[in-house]
Amino acid sequence: MKKAALLLLVILTVCFSGNAFAVAAAKEIKTGFIYVGPVGDAGWTYAHDQGRQEMEQLSYVKPSTFIETVPEGAESARVINGLVRKGHNLIFTTSFGYMDATIDVAKRNKDVVFMHCSGFKTAENVGTYFGRMYEPRYLSGIVAGKMTKKNIIGYVAAFPIPEVIRGINAFTLGVQSVNPKAEVRVVWTQTWFDPGVERDAADSLLDVGADVLTMHQDAPATMQAAEARGAYVIGYNSDMRSFAPNAFLTAPIWNWGALYTKLAEEVHNGTWKSKQIWWGMKENLVDLAAFSAKVPADVQALVTEKANAIKAGSLHPFAGPIKDQSGNVVVAAGQTPQDGDLLGMNYFVEGVQGTISK
Amino acid sequence: MKLVIERREITSALIRFSTPIASIGIALFVAGFLLLASGVSPLAAYKEIIIEALGSIYGLSETLVKTTPLIFTGLGVSLAFRMQIWNIGAEGQLYVGAMGATWVALFSGIQNHWVMMTAMFFAAFFCGGLWAGVAGFLRARWRVNEVIVTLLMNYIAILWVDYLIYGPWKDPKGFNFPLTAQFSDTARLAEYFDTRMHSGFFLALFCALVLYLFIERTVWGYEIKVIGSNQKAAQYAGMNTGMAIFFVLFLSGAIAGVAGFSEVAGLQHRLQHGLSPGYGYTAIIIAWLAKRSAIGVVIVSFLMGVLLVGGDSLQLLWQLPVAFVYAFQGLILFFLLASDFFIIYRVKLIRGSINV
Repeated sequence: MKKAALLLLVILTVCFSGNAFAVAAAKEIKTGFIYVGPVGDAGWTYAHDQGRQEMEQLSYVKPSTFIETVPEGAESARVINGLVRKGHNLIFTTSFGYMDATIDVAKRNKDVVFMHCSGFKTAENVGTYFGRMYEPRYLSGIVAGKMTKKNIIGYVAAFPIPEVIRGINAFTLGVQSVNPKAEVRVVWTQTWFDPGVERDAADSLLDVGADVLTMHQDAPATMQAAEARGAYVIGYNSDMRSFAPNAFLTAPIWNWGALYTKLAEEVHNGTWKSKQIWWGMKENLVDLAAFSAKVPADVQALVTEKANAIKAGSLHPFAGPIKDQSGNVVVAAGQTPQDGDLLGMNYFVEGVQGTISK
Repeated sequence: MKLVIERREITSALIRFSTPIASIGIALFVAGFLLLASGVSPLAAYKEIIIEALGSIYGLSETLVKTTPLIFTGLGVSLAFRMQIWNIGAEGQLYVGAMGATWVALFSGIQNHWVMMTAMFFAAFFCGGLWAGVAGFLRARWRVNEVIVTLLMNYIAILWVDYLIYGPWKDPKGFNFPLTAQFSDTARLAEYFDTRMHSGFFLALFCALVLYLFIERTVWGYEIKVIGSNQKAAQYAGMNTGMAIFFVLFLSGAIAGVAGFSEVAGLQHRLQHGLSPGYGYTAIIIAWLAKRSAIGVVIVSFLMGVLLVGGDSLQLLWQLPVAFVYAFQGLILFFLLASDFFIIYRVKLIRGSINV
């Protein structure tokens, strides 16, 4: 009798957990986002938030939550945990500094899916995602190389981490592909979002004679500096032309919406698996914003041709031969670097004026 | 009818302890209007803050995690305030303390947990102490303003730590990202109840107790209080004020340095950019609110922890902008400083037309 009862219990448990699983597979998605800056930054966080809103169009995605200006490091674990405790089951942490915290919180909450942007650590329920921003960076470099007259191009950059260095190198390779005489000067700001500091850095580059600026920052301060001094500027993150109507040329931009929508679908259907996503222009995660009227038609045609080559896979911005600043060959002719080498890039290519602290 | 402002001859203990509470109350009241303007009921919001920070084991543990570095830095700053020495550099001292502890954790090769913990503690203690000691020496020897020196040395400390994590201390396996390697288990403080709460909290309480006994029960503590209230009288009484200034700033910085040890060994388990979201500056508010008493620092740090942890839920639940939490903290400080006026002066309403 006891045995029968036990058997019944086992069967019931299996049935119910099976049912529970079926429900879980097609569940409602409640997503939460951790942002490193304010949603009004017009840059990095703004672009993520546009993606969030696009994902929200899905019928089974409940209104999502975002928390802005969350400090990187251990502090962020509490905020991520807060989202878990309020019942979010798909959480996006959108800055590199949230990596350890994401892994830490994920360890304690196996039933929640975490996606960390730009890091390298994964777990059973943590995936990473990022985009090959170096592709449109390279294209924007071609525009800059064609448009500069003084052959000095200024680059306002946040932190000397591989992501930023990769962007500077790709940009410079683009510049040099059409204008070997031009050099790219880099100024570090040591901040992602500080309009005042970014503006000062941009002004200092204009002071040494740069006539085209670009940046790897979250605020549009560099755009405004170029506009005020009559230089050209290439934006970043989102189409920032409204900040610099006369100076704006184009901008490498993020389209997070497609990726966020796909990930929400996967979690909804129960097909999500931890992986490292690194999409490029082919998948439309990154792109080049529409040219302004200042970019001549022949340049537009050239860049469009190169863009198509990148999408088709016949052009890789880091295809060798590539030399570093001191003239050593870092990528031999006929070679293209592996993703691992790109992800850990810590040297500047020839043509960059600046240093990486070592 | 006339309003007269006059200096209080004696400030009663009641007034001294009720003004900080009243200023927090008024700040809550004013912030309530900001909440109303955003369409959120202030009572619901405050209730949510309390529930979030104290309503569960998890919330309480997070509040204590937040409280820990605030106690250390608050103690450090308040000790110097005791002697009318203004240590604005707890932030930098925390960073160099964390640097010292990290150096031991990564490169000393110690295998025993307790030896490792002791070595990391003292490395942080002396790094923080010597960092503040520079300002102490300059002040004692040449009367260089310690406010400026401690403040500016914050930037040096933070940039120095940046240099280390971008350069020589970078994790060789970290894809060139600016992080040191993670500490081994020997170099980590114990955690409790499957939360992030770590033994740094108990160390902080112990520090508060030691500091309280030191100030209230030792000759040195007595000297610090005398020098703080009247330096000339202290010198006349034969006290070595220069030595005392150096010593107090050293100790002040050392305690703030231990905050760095507690953060890297208990929470972060590595050195990285943004180690402290301004604990060293919040410590100044805490020392002020606590009226420089060690026990007060523990209580106020806890209240700040509640506010910081509970404040998250405002964003989470109502999507209030992060600026609201900052505005709220600003209001508290504002009313606190304003309330100091009422500690020193009193306002009297005089009826009738008395000739003055």
